[in-house]
Formats: sequence, structure tokens, C-alpha cells
Amino acid sequence: MTGSLWRLMLRALTSPSGRLGAVIIALLTLFVFVAPWLLPDPSAMPDLMAGAVPPGAGHPFGTDQLNRDVLSRVVSGGQISLSVAGLAVLLAVTLGALVGGLAGFYGGWLDSALMRMVDGALAIPRLFLLLLLVAVWEQMPLGALVLVLGATGWFATSRIVRGEVLRLREAEFVLAATALGAGPGRIILRHLLPNVAGPILVAATLGVGDVILLEAGLSYLGIGVRPPTPSWGGMILDARPLLTTAPWTSIFPGLAIATTVLAVNLLGDALRGALDPRSA
Amino acid sequence: MTPLLEVEDLRITFPTRHGTSHPVDGVSFSVARGELLALVGESGCGKSLTSLALLRLVPPPGQIQPGSAIRLDGTDVLGLGPEELRSIRGRRIGMIFQDPMTSLNPVFTIADQIGESVRAHQKVSKRAARARALELLQEVGIPDPTQRLDVYPHQMSGGMRQRVMIAIALASEPEMLIADEPTTALDVTVQAQILELLDGLRAARGMAVLLITHDLGIVAGRADRVAVMYAGRLVEEAATAELFARPSHPYTKGLLASVPRITGAVTRLTPIAGTVPAPTAWPAGCRFHPRCPAALPRCATDDPPALPVGNAHRMRCWLAEAGRA
Repeated sequence: MTGSLWRLMLRALTSPSGRLGAVIIALLTLFVFVAPWLLPDPSAMPDLMAGAVPPGAGHPFGTDQLNRDVLSRVVSGGQISLSVAGLAVLLAVTLGALVGGLAGFYGGWLDSALMRMVDGALAIPRLFLLLLLVAVWEQMPLGALVLVLGATGWFATSRIVRGEVLRLREAEFVLAATALGAGPGRIILRHLLPNVAGPILVAATLGVGDVILLEAGLSYLGIGVRPPTPSWGGMILDARPLLTTAPWTSIFPGLAIATTVLAVNLLGDALRGALDPRSA
Repeated sequence: MTPLLEVEDLRITFPTRHGTSHPVDGVSFSVARGELLALVGESGCGKSLTSLALLRLVPPPGQIQPGSAIRLDGTDVLGLGPEELRSIRGRRIGMIFQDPMTSLNPVFTIADQIGESVRAHQKVSKRAARARALELLQEVGIPDPTQRLDVYPHQMSGGMRQRVMIAIALASEPEMLIADEPTTALDVTVQAQILELLDGLRAARGMAVLLITHDLGIVAGRADRVAVMYAGRLVEEAATAELFARPSHPYTKGLLASVPRITGAVTRLTPIAGTVPAPTAWPAGCRFHPRCPAALPRCATDDPPALPVGNAHRMRCWLAEAGRA
């Protein structure tokens, strides 16, 4: 399984856009998780009287209205945004694979029940669903935000997985595995899902972009990641009054969001192309 | 001594829009330990379904009818719960399929797949399973087995894949191997090698083999006994030499006449006229009578039972009674 996923990755990297996306993601991740050791200590007492300083020596991205280094905040906000997105997508993909696997393998009433549920969930816009949840649960901790983003992100994946499993369960190797004494759990986890790993990886990659945008949107609305924990969306919210006077305070986190989402989508598209050359 | 496997009056039905289909309709046979029984018949005669039924793998909505019995070493296979059934599948009866291209999981290496089979039935470490996989690859005659452990199925030829399938089936040292058309998808030269391998394994391991095939030609030198199936039933059963020397049922004769021979005078092949009838509407009387060149008037109305024609040689044909076989 690792072998076929590896081949898929390598094939995705043969396209220029896939390569570009992968390089940006690698650099961004590296930067966001390594840079804190190289940058000014964000907890250093800021000079409140200095206000927002434009980009220049000492503060390449400038400082915000509280004189905090914007670069440092973009970096630590990136840790939060990327971690939230990564974990939420991991959860979403796991749920999607399990639900899709069960529905596709067993079929019948279980399939109908699960898929009607998914149909219903897909009919409600995700942002609306999230707003509803967040409205009910006001002081949502970060872990819960991950759970909520994950729990609302698996619907499309479950459909993809179900479709593939439906096709694969008639394959002779499934019959062969059954003839060798494999039970349903083993068939689904060991034989069917690994064969769907490619489409799942594509869905996951594209899902990361969605979740970063969603989280930024929620944080911008003040209901995602709560201050003082920095996040890209939250930084733009903080910077709103300074949009004309100190635009760097919102431009840099905005650029970070745009670059990350663009890179993730480039890679996701390249993976999809590698998986099915006809769709590229 | 009781036979290893006994099948008695096996009936399988499928509900269809055109009424109930009876693709397997009263099949009885037995396989002794270490014996190679060939089940021969044309497409659609029910031979594959019979083999699937032995492990209760009949695809839904197909059903094995009450009154059927399958006994493995005296254990009633049809009465087993899911857990007990799994301990028979693979563990006591292994099975290989027609198309080695699709019966291996495309995303796992050979070592993974054989190892999984090893570990499914024995509690051993991954390392030990890998070592066992290597032994099995050697046993099934794969050249350069160390190199082959880490390749994927698509990197192997059809014959090699069928050998891997056999290795997987052998992993748990089953007492019986069901081979459902194991050579149909392979080149003629490879076919012979695979059959040779199966025959050799049977001898080396004392494992019974049920060989399902449509090709009487490949049965000749290898099977101990042959059972010929037609329209959901066994029509003739005999030791291989006896069957080839004295084919008695008109259908068997027809099958033999339609196999090209390399020796002897060049004659035209004689195909059997017509096709196998649909399992929703078997003909009344003997099921072969509409295609039978030797049909008697009573064949159209009376269904012949299995009648003896010689030593351990039986057929379902009125000619046996008339002494004209």
C-alpha cells in the first residue's frame, strides 16, 4: 500500500504545478515549525507606545498596533492553522473512509441509511453548520474546533470511498481473501481501503485547503481560534481597523493563507491528475 | 475410511425475474484424502458454483437448499457459524481462482500477501511470516524467490501470479485445495507447468485437490477420478483411465470428440449440437436428451438416476440400463 501511494506521489510530482505546490508546502511547513527558534521572541515585552511599525530592519513584516512582530505572529499563527487543518482533515478522512467502507461493503439498508444521512448533511452548507455549532458552544477550545471541523468534513470523502468500495468488493481478490478465511473487518481494512488510498489522499489534500480557509473565516468572525492564540484569520480580524494606516498587518497573514491554500490545491490537483490521467 | 469431503444432493437456487434458477441441482460426490478429483463440464454447467458452495461462498442471492449436505471430515459445513466457517476457509480448504491477474490484491507486495495468509492462521511474527513466504515461493517453483518477495502483482507474469496464489493457499497447509479453472487464463505451456505443480504438491503434501475445468484434455494424466457435470448435475463419474477408455454417457463422448487430438488420424472435430439449456428451465426427463444423438423415447419423460456401468463407474443415462453403454 505504501508502495502504490508512493508511486502516486512521485507521479504527481512530475507535473510542474504539483512540484510547485509540494515545494511551497514543504518550505511553509518547515518555516512555520522551525522559524520560531530564529525569530524575535514574540513574548518579549512590546513597546506599546511605538505602535505599528512598517516593515524594515528588525521587523521584516513590520509590527502590529501592539508593536508585536508580524512575522513571528504569522509563524505561530501558521503552526495553529496548519495543525488544526491537518488534524481536522485526518479525522475527516478517517471518518469518511470508515463510513464509506461500511456502506459500500455491506450495502442494503446500512448503505441507504448512511448515504441518506450524508445527503442530508451535504444539503446544509458547512459554514452554516459550523456557525450553528459554534453559536451553541461559545467558548470552544482548540481541540473541539478540530473535532467540529473534522466531523463536518467527511461527507464527500465517504461518498468517494463508498463508490470505490462498491466497485472493488466484486473483485476476485476479495473473493480470494474470503476463501482464505478473512472476515468482513479484515476485508474492509486490509483489502478494500488500501485500494482506495489514492482517491482518499486526493480528497485529503484538497480538504486541507478548504479547512484552512474555513478556519480563517471562522477566526475572522471571531469564533474560530480565540485570541490570544494567534491564527491567520484572527490576525486579519485584529488588523481590520489598520487596513488603511498599516496594511502590512493584514497583507502578510492574508498572503500566508492564499499561498498555503494555493499550494495545497496545486498539489491536490496534481495528485488527482496522477490518479486518473483522464481528469487532468 | 471416510472420505475427506462428501457432498450430498447439493442444490443451489437463485431467484430471478424468470422464475427460480437451479444452476446446481442435486450434485453428490466425494473426495478422498490425497485424491485429485477433476470436475469437468462446459460453461454454465454449475461446476464453479459447486466449488464455491464447498466454502459457502455462493454469491447472494444464491442459496444452498435445505437437504443439501457438505461434510468435511464428518463436520457439517453447512451448519457452521461464521467463526467456525472462517477456520475452515483457507485453514483446511484452500482455494485458487481462474484469473491470477485479478485474484491478487494489486496494492500489496507478494511477501505481504503470502505473509497475511500465514498470519491469518498462525500466530507468528512478521519476520517469521516473511521467512515462511520465501519457503512457499520456493515450494511453488518461483525462480529467484528472494527477489520476488518485494514486487507487486502487476510486475509478475500470469503464470507466476498463479504460483503466488497457490503459495497463498498453501500457507496454512490445507488438507484440500480447490482449483477453479486454475489454468484457463494462462498460456498452454504455462498451463502444463501449473498442473504439474498442483500434482506434485498433492503428492508431496498428501493434499486432496478438486480441479474444476472445462478441458478434459488437461485431466488425462493427472486426475485420479473424473466427474463430468452437465446442466447442474453429475452425469458420469469414473476413474480417469476408465473414463477415457470407456466413456459411456453420450455427453462425455461428445466432449471427448470435441477435444482435438494430436495422435491418430486427422478427423474433423465433432461439436456437441446445441447449447446448455438455461438453469431456469431444465428440460424434462434427461437434461441432455434434446442434444443427445442416442436419445430414447423415454429420455424425454423419465429422468435417469445414477446407474452403474462398471467398477466405480456410474452415469445418469438410460443407456446403462439398456446395457448398450
